[in-house]
Amino acid sequence: MPSSDAIVIGGGPNGLAAAARLAASGRRVTLCEAGAVAGGGAVTAEFAPGYRVSGLAHLLGHLDARVIAGMELERHGLAFAATGLATTAVSATGDHLRLEGAAGARLTGRIAPEDVLAWDRLRSRLMAFAAALAPMRAMAPPRLARGAANEMLRLARVGLGLRRLGRDEFREFLRMILINVADVAEDELSDDRLGGLLAFDATLGAWLGPRSPNSLILYLDRLAGGMAGQQAALALPKGGMGTVAAAMARGAEAKGVVLRTGARVARILVEDGRALGVALADGEEIRADLVVSAIGPKATLAGLVGPRHLDTGFLRQTAAIRARGGAAKLHLALTGLPDFRGADPKTRLVIAPSVNAVEAAFNPVKYGEVPDRPVMEAILPSAHEDGFAPGGHHVLSAIVQFAPHAPKDGADQARALMLERSLAVLEDHAPGLGALIAHAEMLMPQDIAARHGMVGGAWHHADLAVEQMLFLRPFAAVAQYRTPVAGLWLGGAGCHPGGHVSGAAGWNAAGAILAEGGR
Amino acid sequence: MSLDAIIIGAGHNGLVTACYLARAGMKVVVVEKNDWIGGAAVSRSLHPGFTYSNCSYVSSLFRPEIMRDLDLPRHGLQILPYEGGAVLTRDGGYLAMFRDHDANRREFARRNPRDAEAYDRYARDVLRHCRFIRPLLMRTPPDPSRFRPRDLAELAWLGRKVMAMSEEQIAAMVRFWTMSIADYLDEYFTDPVIKAYLAVSAIIGTALGPMSPGSAYVLLHHYMGDVDGNVGAWGFARGGMGSITTALHRSLQAAGGTVRAGRGVERILVANGRAVGVRLEGGEEVRARRVISNMDVKRTLLTHVEAAELPGDLRRQVARFKTRGSSGKVNIALDGPPRFTALPEGAPMLKGDLHFTDSIERMERAYDDWKSGHFSRDPFQDMMIPTMIDPTMAPPGKHFMSCFVQYAPPKIAGRDWTDADRDAFGKTVIDQIEAHAPGFRNLILHAEVRTPRELEAEVGLTDGNIFQGELTFDQLLFNRPLPGYAQYRSPIRDLWLCGSSTHPGGGVMGAPGRNAAAEILREIRAPATMGDAYAVL
Amino acid sequence: MSDPRLHYRAPLLRTPFHPRIAEANVLNQWGAWAGYTTALALQDEEMEYTAIRNGASLYDLCPMVKYRIMGPQAAEYLGRLTLRDVVRQPVGTVRYTAWCDDAGKVLDDGTLFRLAEAEFMLCCQERHLPWLLDAASGFDVAIAEITEAVAALSLQGPCSASVLRAAGLDVSALKPFAVTRQEFAGTTLTLSRTGFTGDLGYELWLAPEAALPLWDGLMAAGAPWGIRPIGSNALNLARIEAGFIIANADFVPAEQALREDRPRSPFEIGLDWMIDWQKGHFNGRRALLAERDGQTSRWALVALDIEGNVPAEGALLYHGKTREVGHITAAAWSPATKRNVALASLRRPWDRTAADDLWAEVYALRELHYVKLMLRARITERPFFAPARRRATPPEDF
Repeated sequence: MPSSDAIVIGGGPNGLAAAARLAASGRRVTLCEAGAVAGGGAVTAEFAPGYRVSGLAHLLGHLDARVIAGMELERHGLAFAATGLATTAVSATGDHLRLEGAAGARLTGRIAPEDVLAWDRLRSRLMAFAAALAPMRAMAPPRLARGAANEMLRLARVGLGLRRLGRDEFREFLRMILINVADVAEDELSDDRLGGLLAFDATLGAWLGPRSPNSLILYLDRLAGGMAGQQAALALPKGGMGTVAAAMARGAEAKGVVLRTGARVARILVEDGRALGVALADGEEIRADLVVSAIGPKATLAGLVGPRHLDTGFLRQTAAIRARGGAAKLHLALTGLPDFRGADPKTRLVIAPSVNAVEAAFNPVKYGEVPDRPVMEAILPSAHEDGFAPGGHHVLSAIVQFAPHAPKDGADQARALMLERSLAVLEDHAPGLGALIAHAEMLMPQDIAARHGMVGGAWHHADLAVEQMLFLRPFAAVAQYRTPVAGLWLGGAGCHPGGHVSGAAGWNAAGAILAEGGR
Repeated sequence: MSLDAIIIGAGHNGLVTACYLARAGMKVVVVEKNDWIGGAAVSRSLHPGFTYSNCSYVSSLFRPEIMRDLDLPRHGLQILPYEGGAVLTRDGGYLAMFRDHDANRREFARRNPRDAEAYDRYARDVLRHCRFIRPLLMRTPPDPSRFRPRDLAELAWLGRKVMAMSEEQIAAMVRFWTMSIADYLDEYFTDPVIKAYLAVSAIIGTALGPMSPGSAYVLLHHYMGDVDGNVGAWGFARGGMGSITTALHRSLQAAGGTVRAGRGVERILVANGRAVGVRLEGGEEVRARRVISNMDVKRTLLTHVEAAELPGDLRRQVARFKTRGSSGKVNIALDGPPRFTALPEGAPMLKGDLHFTDSIERMERAYDDWKSGHFSRDPFQDMMIPTMIDPTMAPPGKHFMSCFVQYAPPKIAGRDWTDADRDAFGKTVIDQIEAHAPGFRNLILHAEVRTPRELEAEVGLTDGNIFQGELTFDQLLFNRPLPGYAQYRSPIRDLWLCGSSTHPGGGVMGAPGRNAAAEILREIRAPATMGDAYAVL
Repeated sequence: MSDPRLHYRAPLLRTPFHPRIAEANVLNQWGAWAGYTTALALQDEEMEYTAIRNGASLYDLCPMVKYRIMGPQAAEYLGRLTLRDVVRQPVGTVRYTAWCDDAGKVLDDGTLFRLAEAEFMLCCQERHLPWLLDAASGFDVAIAEITEAVAALSLQGPCSASVLRAAGLDVSALKPFAVTRQEFAGTTLTLSRTGFTGDLGYELWLAPEAALPLWDGLMAAGAPWGIRPIGSNALNLARIEAGFIIANADFVPAEQALREDRPRSPFEIGLDWMIDWQKGHFNGRRALLAERDGQTSRWALVALDIEGNVPAEGALLYHGKTREVGHITAAAWSPATKRNVALASLRRPWDRTAADDLWAEVYALRELHYVKLMLRARITERPFFAPARRRATPPEDF
């Protein structure tokens, strides 16, 4: 008799969420995590002696409310160093803009009043669109097929929500849903700093430039998230992302999940078209009628299941999943607090001076090259709380875009160049920062791939792009979490609604499994 | 005598609308600012003995339903299919495209055996999307924000059409419509030259690169036409693209309509919120029951209508309609046939489209130049020599060459084009050809270089956009040109739009003109003079 | 033609047998087949057909698409690709097989030769290299398209074994669907007891350089049996009598179908007998299992015997003369059976329920005037013609 009812592969936020929800329904769940600790992209790591930082994701914006409640994360240690984190659109001349409240509800800085009005107008419109779409995050993607059993009630709610925007806004929604964010910035905003910020936030973690059609919808997806009950708000977890991981792990264990770290799954056992369990790298076999994979869809299907159990057309679609990480992660150990020309170090510091600057940073990665002037989002967690760096010292954590996932001239050269150019940009915005650096770490997409197992270093396992969203995520045949191998389900970031440290995909997948009676 | 309709602009769509209305018994006059008719579908004699298709240069999209309805072959229209095509590579080789299926397969196999056998499935898949979209070309888009019976019925028709497909096919279609052509081609092919050749149609005329999402749709837009049922095929209009508009003009005359060329419209006259006529340059006013504009939506509503007649927010919406030009044109009279080093003697590829861009990366880099406000340093060219097939456009032994060039921005680094910019652009294009055909430059008898500036000044296309508006989803279907005004009616009563700014968009297609006429006839409850779209295969 | 770029100057290739066939083709009737020029009829179509059924015939098979599959996991791979069990297919045998897409729709049918433990040849009508390569993911195999590298000749007819013997090739022990290698005029010849006529016959596979000597040898050896080269028209008649189906004639290969309702599953074109449910996973298995268990097949391939003698090519089929229930994909007056036969695609359940009331709407051309006929069609056994001599081992001695 199998020792488990269900095996979950991958102990990232989605794997933990899926495991917890399945365990909460009374199933015996074993979670296999290859690493020494669970958490996946949510990790606090020491990158230089005495300096710690969130090793990949560094802000929370999407942690699913159902997951927080269902796993009792607050009881298990989830706490925030800051919520409703403000953003500074950093200017090289010190002419910063400060945006407070969800997605910049309050805008301060030297800016013309009509530009503030324009921002407010655009922001509220996009927030309303995002709010109408938000319920989609918490459901399995609908199927477009005759007689498909969709969650009609929820879908109707989304539809109604959109119609409730009013005719003019509904029309705007239909016009803007696949528009590019550069055009929106150009049409609605005249301030370069706001345009740059909008363009940056829309393309953060994506493999798109702001002029690429379909880029605005990624911003809407961002706005559809939120933390601490506030739409689109960002939060900084106390102790870094590792705390979130730890809380999730404890939450899962409290539901009865058997968490096995250092357990790398080598193979999913399949017989007669049905998943029977997994084989670990050390040869141990764990049997269960239900296997949920929260690692990437390509790695799961083409790797763990293997081509022999899958049809050729299906494998073609698996191979066609695009996972191109376009973001690098920069960690700096600093001997003092850098001065971004007076910008508040407790804010999210975005260096993206204009739409064109973001676009120009994207252009070279199309050819496997490193941009001249990367754009970035930096935070200084040590400015919020102690424990990240020795006394008086600081750490800077930045997501730097765009980085080539397949550098033409080799990984080492690209990494060195990326570091050099990122530091040059930082120095321009925070003169003297270079002199404070005690240690620097640049994680290129391929480094992220090596460290976290994400194909292409793509955070979302599969590019978050319209043609890989909703019922197309990661591709149509598996978009409802179910695979053609009976008993095998997908529940990772490669599924709807994607990554971020969210847990939504795993939670949804577990919901879909339970709705099917657990098989 | 009172007119039923004035049509502003004797481009192909304006003439199509005029023809349909005249055939329904309406009294129509088309007014044209230029001394010649045709808009962007013209044959012009700019060098003695030569005829230039100096704007649009090839035909595929022009709807056969319209040719037949309006009896255009009787009025002289003849379409000649291409015989081949090729992309010349930097290493001195080439990849050709042939009309013969097996020759084509063998040609691909020279580069990659797998790709050679992948082409059929690729063509089948694209054709499936064509089958879906073609019937939509000849229908007025529904307004999804309204609950009028016709909109609901049309939406229901569309819904049924979608749901008639399998789940897999719906997914394939949505992916195709939202993907970049570069990503799409990666799913079928591996050879960079084959991909570059197939990506061409995805960038022609558009301000997108082959790696831009949505560019696969642009490919479809260029693939959904046909030459006599051969879907995706392109051809020359015998005598140049002007023969299309000449035939339309003759058809119009035969139906009792007239064209007044040589004087442009200065203002569209609006009284009590209704369009009542136009004031021509020089002051003459012509009144009519309705005014139909073949000009793009910006030119119509922003420069030809008093600002007061259009509510402020609508003006803003019109102003943000994207019309960025991305193309230029170099038209050349040649003393003899150019000799391309790579091509064998007598190669049929010369009787079709020639390209010099042998990778998607080069196309995309050309686009990067455009994004930064410059014409491409290494441009993409869609080059043809119509006189290799058409004996009527140049003296025997001499040739007319048409080079369509991507990318050329509407402004150079934010300022207007100068003559020096234009000449530098022309030189870049000619140098690229010279590199593949040494001695080419010495054959040039005359060359006309057209940047977006010239296209705007002469043809009236705002920003030189050949589609009268970008072909991205925010400007397609019910969004074209503006949400709520996608049914050929402008925000001003009795002022209609019939140009490529309206559904289904640009190309010498005639569908916007036909659909606009259908809407007008429907409004006055006149019997329709047009039938349904033909089926694909 | 030394410059490979100039291939377009001859859009239709000539097969290695072309010089002889061109000589024999006194009618000069040519047609295109898969990029080759092939003879439709050479001298007299009826006599060519008669040679198939009475003596011996030679047909140029070169345009048939061929792939070589080699490697330690070739058998497993092919078992995973096709419907039948390949792992247990003995070396030296040929199997008629088919393969499906994920939805269980037939991509093509063809013959699979097991030439050695780890070497196969797959012959089919259409081209499938991308599919074959994509399906090979995870298998240690090498796949090559070898159509031009292998010349193929079909020798068919009740006297074909005698002709071979006279040519010095002993095939008396060769059973149907067996394959052997023999020396002929200094080259190795692959010889299989296969064919597309439903009669005794052999197919010969060899290097293109050896093509003409083989042709000449067989023509000389076969003279006493009246051997004659035949064109595609005669072969097509024989294949209809034998009840064989052809891609793009009787069914649309799934990857080529523009309309989603055109592809057919093995159940729908009479190939379901091939499916080996026990061998483990193969492509389309899930869909086919669901189709079998759910009885969801929508079409049936049936053999029809149609009253009268007017071939019913392309005719629509009606139940009760009014309800359209299918169409004929191939039809001919069969000289061998003296019946008016046809293959048809019939909507289920009419293959069972319409049996007594099935009608073909035939337009008969009678002196430049089409006459519409409603002819009664009866579902009958397939093949229409199956003489015992086709199976006899050793073959009858004529």
